[in-house]
Amino acid sequence: MRDILLRPWPWYVAGPLIGLFAPLLLWLGNRMFGVSSNLRHLCSAIAPRGIPYLSYDWRREGGWNLAFVAGIVVGGVLAGLVFRNPEPVAVAASTRASLAALGIHQLGGLVPRELFEWSSLATVRGWIVLVGGGFLVGFGTAYAGGCTSGHGISGVANLEVPSFIALAAFFAGGLLGTFVLLPLVLGIGR
Amino acid sequence: MTSSTEPRIDDEEVDDDDVHALTAEQTRDPGAPGLWVYLLVGIAFGIVLTKGEAISWFRIQEMFRFQGFHMYGIFATALPTAIAGVQLLKRRWRRTLGGETIVVPPKHLGSGVRYAVGGTIFGLGWALTGACPGPLFALLGGGVTTMIVAIASAMLGTWTYGRLRHRLPH
Repeated sequence: MRDILLRPWPWYVAGPLIGLFAPLLLWLGNRMFGVSSNLRHLCSAIAPRGIPYLSYDWRREGGWNLAFVAGIVVGGVLAGLVFRNPEPVAVAASTRASLAALGIHQLGGLVPRELFEWSSLATVRGWIVLVGGGFLVGFGTAYAGGCTSGHGISGVANLEVPSFIALAAFFAGGLLGTFVLLPLVLGIGR
Repeated sequence: MTSSTEPRIDDEEVDDDDVHALTAEQTRDPGAPGLWVYLLVGIAFGIVLTKGEAISWFRIQEMFRFQGFHMYGIFATALPTAIAGVQLLKRRWRRTLGGETIVVPPKHLGSGVRYAVGGTIFGLGWALTGACPGPLFALLGGGVTTMIVAIASAMLGTWTYGRLRHRLPH
């Protein structure tokens, strides 16, 4: 039994389940599934500073979504710590080889430790990945008006042209990041 | 019209899908579910993201390098499910659990620049951190505590966008 709880789920289980959240939230309370709005709600709560984009009633507009994102953290605790998969993620051998060529060797857990440990913040590459990468995520999703959930799932589910453009751009940016930016960043200090 | 003479675009003029979505008649519905319901749904989502390994930096790398099917399989099954569910709700069911009419506010294309440029910028960050906003929070819960730094930095990015918004093409 415990083994079943620890094991990761295949794509054909996780995918359809992920797809259910957009209709579920719509059905529950007319809510549009989308996580990146929470970054905006948090900014609005902490430092609106008279910026029109951040000046609104974040409790009323975003309360439900902040509760949702708090749930994501709890879900992460349950699935990532309590019922943590003890095995490394079974990525393709070619991916392991590609990452080794970039100097990423620690394949345990969900993320490479050499980039995501606290000590990595003292390195240029660790700092760029966490601080720089985080900034790009926050700026880009705000500019695009949504992220993988808001555009990629919700917007596409509503057959919105902007969301198809955004999804294509997410992927284009990801390719650029993977084949150009990441090798540059990981090459620093090697 | 040159950008130097262009008047400052206020919140009304810059098309804002988030706020459109947010200010719909939704929040006043007395039958609306309490916050705890959304908390529970969030917990379920966090579990699915984590167990499905959609939050794994390694899986995202595998996807962008076209070396494995896992993430493509997730998108290829999540999207039809989401499309079918949302379209069915909009066209057939038409009502929420509380009996409200289902309203999906449309997104406005405008010039499309915000989607192309903003999307590409986000994609760059997605490749570096291996996480989009949902996974940032799921990873934090899953014990990758440095994600709090990435989340704080993402908030700063969103804040900076808010600050520069009137100067950016949309």
